[in-house]
Amino acid sequence: MQHVSPIREPLVTGGKTYHDITEDVCRQVEAKPNARWAAALAVALVGLAIFLYSTYRTLWYGIGEWGLNKTVGWAWDITNFVWWVGIGHAGTLISAILLLFRQKWRTSINRAAEAMTIFAVICAAMFPVLHMGRPWLAYWVLPLPNTFGSLWVNFNSPLLWDVFAISTYFSVSLVFWYIGLIPDFATIRDRATGPIARRAYSILSMGWTGSAKAWSRHETVSLILAGLCTPLVLSVHTIVSMDFATSVIPGWHTTIFPPYFVAGAIFSGFAMVLTLMIITRKTFKLEDYITLEHVESMNKVIILTGSIVGVAYITEFFIAWYSGVEYEQYAFINRATGPYWWAYWSMMTCNVITPQLFWFRSIRRSLTATFIISIFVNIGMWFERFVIIVTSLHRDFLPSSWAMFSPTIIDIGVYVGTIGLFFTLFLLFAKFFPVINMFEVKAILKSSSEVKHHPNDAMHGTNKDSHTNTHP
Amino acid sequence: MQDRIKYWKGIEELENTPEFAKHAHNEFPEFLPINEARGESASTGLAAPRRDFLKLLGFGLAAATLASCEAPVRKAIPYLNKPVDVEPGVANWYASTYFNNGDFNSILVKTREGRPIKVEPNPSSTLTPMGTSPKAQASVLSLYDNNRLRTPLIKGKEAKWEQVDSEIRSALARVNGKVALVSSTVISPSTKQLINEFGAGLGNFEHVTYDPNSASALIGANGGVVPGYDFSKANIIVSISADFLGTWVAPIPFASQYIQKRKITAENSDMSRHYQFETIMSLTGANADVRVPIKPSEELAIATAIYNGLSGQGVNAPANVDKKALENAIRDLRANNGRALVVSGTNDPAVQTLVTAINKSLGAEGTTIDTASPYLVKQGNDAQMLRLIEEMNNGGVGAVFFYNANPVYDHPLADRVKSGLAKVALKVSFADRVEETAALVDYVTPDSHYLESWNDYEPKRGFLSLAQPVISPIFMTRQAQDSLLAWSGNKTTFYDYIRNNWRKGAAGTDAQWEKIVHDGVLENGTSMLALSPATAGTMTAADAAGRAPRAVAGGKVEAVVYEKVGIGTGSESNNPWLQEMADPITKATWDNYITMPRKMAEEMGVSQGNVLKVTYANGKTLELPALVQPGQAQGTVGIAMGYGRQLDSMPTAKGRGANAFPIATVADNGILFAGAVQLEKTGSTIEIAQTQTHHTIMDRIVVQENTLANYKANPKDVTTYVRIATHEGPAKPAAISLWDDYEYKNHHWGMVVDLNSCIGCGACTVSCQAENNIPVVGKEEVLMRREMHWMRIDRYYSAVEHEAKDYKTMEDPAENPSVIFQPMMCQHCNHAPCETVCPVAATMHSSEGLNQMAYNRCVGTRYCANNCPYKVRRFNWFAYTNNDKFDFNMNNDLGKMVLNPDVTVRSRGVMEKCSFCVQRIQLGKLEAKRESRRPVDGEIVTACAQSCPTNAIIFGDMLDPESRISKTLAREKGERAFHVLEEMNAQPNVTYLTKIRNLA
Repeated sequence: MQHVSPIREPLVTGGKTYHDITEDVCRQVEAKPNARWAAALAVALVGLAIFLYSTYRTLWYGIGEWGLNKTVGWAWDITNFVWWVGIGHAGTLISAILLLFRQKWRTSINRAAEAMTIFAVICAAMFPVLHMGRPWLAYWVLPLPNTFGSLWVNFNSPLLWDVFAISTYFSVSLVFWYIGLIPDFATIRDRATGPIARRAYSILSMGWTGSAKAWSRHETVSLILAGLCTPLVLSVHTIVSMDFATSVIPGWHTTIFPPYFVAGAIFSGFAMVLTLMIITRKTFKLEDYITLEHVESMNKVIILTGSIVGVAYITEFFIAWYSGVEYEQYAFINRATGPYWWAYWSMMTCNVITPQLFWFRSIRRSLTATFIISIFVNIGMWFERFVIIVTSLHRDFLPSSWAMFSPTIIDIGVYVGTIGLFFTLFLLFAKFFPVINMFEVKAILKSSSEVKHHPNDAMHGTNKDSHTNTHP
Repeated sequence: MQDRIKYWKGIEELENTPEFAKHAHNEFPEFLPINEARGESASTGLAAPRRDFLKLLGFGLAAATLASCEAPVRKAIPYLNKPVDVEPGVANWYASTYFNNGDFNSILVKTREGRPIKVEPNPSSTLTPMGTSPKAQASVLSLYDNNRLRTPLIKGKEAKWEQVDSEIRSALARVNGKVALVSSTVISPSTKQLINEFGAGLGNFEHVTYDPNSASALIGANGGVVPGYDFSKANIIVSISADFLGTWVAPIPFASQYIQKRKITAENSDMSRHYQFETIMSLTGANADVRVPIKPSEELAIATAIYNGLSGQGVNAPANVDKKALENAIRDLRANNGRALVVSGTNDPAVQTLVTAINKSLGAEGTTIDTASPYLVKQGNDAQMLRLIEEMNNGGVGAVFFYNANPVYDHPLADRVKSGLAKVALKVSFADRVEETAALVDYVTPDSHYLESWNDYEPKRGFLSLAQPVISPIFMTRQAQDSLLAWSGNKTTFYDYIRNNWRKGAAGTDAQWEKIVHDGVLENGTSMLALSPATAGTMTAADAAGRAPRAVAGGKVEAVVYEKVGIGTGSESNNPWLQEMADPITKATWDNYITMPRKMAEEMGVSQGNVLKVTYANGKTLELPALVQPGQAQGTVGIAMGYGRQLDSMPTAKGRGANAFPIATVADNGILFAGAVQLEKTGSTIEIAQTQTHHTIMDRIVVQENTLANYKANPKDVTTYVRIATHEGPAKPAAISLWDDYEYKNHHWGMVVDLNSCIGCGACTVSCQAENNIPVVGKEEVLMRREMHWMRIDRYYSAVEHEAKDYKTMEDPAENPSVIFQPMMCQHCNHAPCETVCPVAATMHSSEGLNQMAYNRCVGTRYCANNCPYKVRRFNWFAYTNNDKFDFNMNNDLGKMVLNPDVTVRSRGVMEKCSFCVQRIQLGKLEAKRESRRPVDGEIVTACAQSCPTNAIIFGDMLDPESRISKTLAREKGERAFHVLEEMNAQPNVTYLTKIRNLA
């Protein structure tokens, strides 16, 4: 067991015992679905229905159902894609990089964050397929041996790199998440009373016995996968950014994109984790596991990445001026003052200005403020991608081809629909899977929780009132 | 275990017979009486209905599934006896002629397996040697119009030709009063003779020539003909409202003459100077070196000022007109005696009288006007038509025939025509569909399409051109001439009639005749067309100069009704290619609109698309959206004719815009296409579908121009070449490339576009559409910015004066801008940005420099289109074939006959773009290979280059040092040759030549 400074705030409050943790986490898995959950699922299913209808229109009639045109060949489709991929960054970052950095506070949020990653990547993956003119031939982007002769994919194309990056990221994240779930599934299995639940969780837990050997292998695999995930966190959005950075379009052709996109992805991912966790901890009464300390730590990451993104925005402008390139300069002036100025300033307000409020500790530790700001960041990051894609394309080199883009109802439907898909998956996850990583939380319980038997209780420098044991 | 008391269900159970034991476990031992319930007896053999039901269900499902799987059977039937000259896969070419309302083109028609699919210029013609008009290009699609009449009609009912003939013959025999044949200009000598013979047999007969947009005043001032203008001999051209490159008189011959004095090289930099005084921004005005906006009521003052100025008097320009430009024009005209030409497009006899006098005093006759060989393409006589309308209303006309004439639609006195028609006993129309006039006649005897007919033409005195059928009539139509022959009791066919007619002249022998049919043209000075004696104008120049200008009431706006290059007077407005062709100036498709200057729009608080109500002097109104048009004269608006069709026989044109013909004023026995109107806002909005919505070049060097003075001073100093800063100093973009160059061993195809030659007419865009099976997408999709044209002509206006980097201001075009056209198609870059980004390598580079699209590999990510700096790629957003949402020619079997079998019809979801007509390249190479030689320069030519009436596009092999393109590039290197966006280092295979303006 590792030494933890006594002045650190406890990561688990409420004087929990190991059994309390099991009880608290398994409670909503074992209980009957409550009305609030059912209502939320109904709303999410409406979103899913919108998704299915919009997808049907897109697939049956063609991409013409969207608002794209000869000049703006990508708009909401790729905006949504990049937005979802970005959101899908937090889970892996929390699980892998924070694991490597030995950030103990990650343990109670990593499960949900990883699930969010998986679902966000599923939503993201819809768009590269849907946005194709002939999606039934989507498998042609895979380097499959074929009977067409020496026909091969184009390894120069960043879109192909995307295929590899996203599929690798998705499969590794999925495996990492699932491996982590196995011991907890076994816990639920062992407690299960109903035959279906017992059968289902015993299949899911893959015969987990909890033997020392199993634990040892589990730890090793987790570490290996964490190692694998770490570069992926950086590579995925780096490659996504290369869709733009390797092109010739002013506003896209920018070497700053890889780090700027990765920072933006973590930024948006953490915001989405906060949005979801603040709701989840409230709904499932997990305040003792997802504490203000967690929220504050994540807000610190948000202020860091938000500032990186802000610096990147300003750097882009500086470089456009410094380069002396006519088209580049116009692209950025057009962003800020052209017909899509409102999108640009929405982005600036949401992404650069609002996160700076987190410099104030009171705001950082206010759940309401955090929730509102996290929504702002989600909106701002969507606008960031919209600004990059649409304002760069709609006025590029030849003024004769300049055009405006406006979304159709189907564009909106697909986007809103993926949010429905995401929440459907997340709600099902929250009901049937353990939303908090029980075994990992248990691992930190002794070293970092507020327990009465702590010998150096009096040495705690923080306000005692904030973590009083409320248990009888 | 204790025995329990057992209760029986019945006596059978107690007895436990073997029969009971057998059925004991069966709840229903007998079949349930389902059949009885259905009204059938159980003994009819349907003993097992549930099983049968399941069988039937299974069969039904299988049958339905199979039926839906079954593909329609399309049989390819081979020829039993192959026609001699039809070789599957090999095109046949026939010489023919397209003529419609002055637009004359000697053409070659390409047929594949018996169907005409493409129109190309006939290089044997000296009148139209280079290209064709957009209308001629599109005319082949009109042949396959599903809405043409399939049989003749008697009072709207389908009928047999025999019945029609006998009824018309007997009606003619007892006709009471005058017989009139109303036709548009007839330049066919044989047809004219036939009409005269037809009339001679009837006695009281008049042939009325009626052109909807006539040149009555022009021919009235010039002895009944259009003077034999030769723009190629003029150093100074002054045009007063004559759109001679677009729509006026004979635009294609004029354009090919005009351009001869506009093509320049460093050695031969003689270039004409062109002044244009006009109201609307016309195609000609856009090409002028000096353009002065004037009101239509000021035309007379301008002509008078020039007339007086040439005789040394002071120049008295109307207020608001650029006096300096007028003085310069007069100075130049005086200095170029015998090398100058003044033309006017107005129908005002006074102006035309003055212009004739000006040309006389300039010594134009015999130099820039060929007096021996006038143009015959406009013979319409407004006065004659107006008189006929009165006679019809007075009941003096017993029979009237309409041949290529539709006055109920296009005459300003359409109501009088209608009321007159009601009083005529026998009314016959040769219209190919039930159009406005044909709807009111007794007999519609549909004329065959020109590609199904024989004809001869004399557009200019001594220039003969022939038309021959290239397909037998698709429907039960009959050539109008054959109908006239039948009704006059003549048993010969019109072919024999022409043949006999020519036997008297140039084609005495069959060998001579066959050569003429083969060549399509005969230009040895033989003239065959007899004109009816003209009524010479009585006005003198002094009279005209002394006239007061037409008064316009205060507060009124002057409106001009003009012809659009594509739609013209509307006779072919059901042609989807022409409807979707972007207007050369406004870049608008599918509708007409009110063009107005920005100042007027601002004063009225009108923005583009706001619908205005126009009230004419005669009280009639129409409603159209406004379009802000730079260059439009202040206080004027322009409205295009040819729109506002409401006919079911013209579904493509139906409901598009409003009919502007009624605005024309009838005055002095003529029709004046200008008048005073009142404008009111209506509050509604109609969006105008433009293919280009941004009009200035934003101070970028995407298109380059300079002045002739600079060019003469130093030809190496007229083009800007972008250099990239490196640590070794500025370098050519190509010199610092990261990419390896391709090696071209055999051919390296390239294109040169001379911006000095391009007049922006748009013929290439229609030609490209016809050659490459490009779908029509309709107004809604054009509004979505999704037109499919592979080739477009970018039109830029100069911006208002602005500070450098003042991006907001430079978006506004100047009030009277200079205009530049830039044909834009795939640049076939050697370092193509599109090629690297396609994930499936569907677009790649050929070994001959082409950027190729493999349609069946494309999955449609559109990354290539995004990454194209020239935005020339087009995506199939929907299925454009066999789709009722796009009910144009590719949605019916007849319309699909126009498709080029050498070019794939693209499916939904794939990217497409200009291919440099790769099918033509392959064909040319194959033919050369078969003859064991290399392709000769000029043998392989793209559709756009071939149809360009000004030869602005040169296509060829850049590896062949003797090719025109290699020589042009060698000559223009470092002078006028430039690549668009050279700094992108995409290294295009398309080179542009800087435009030079001969500013005064």
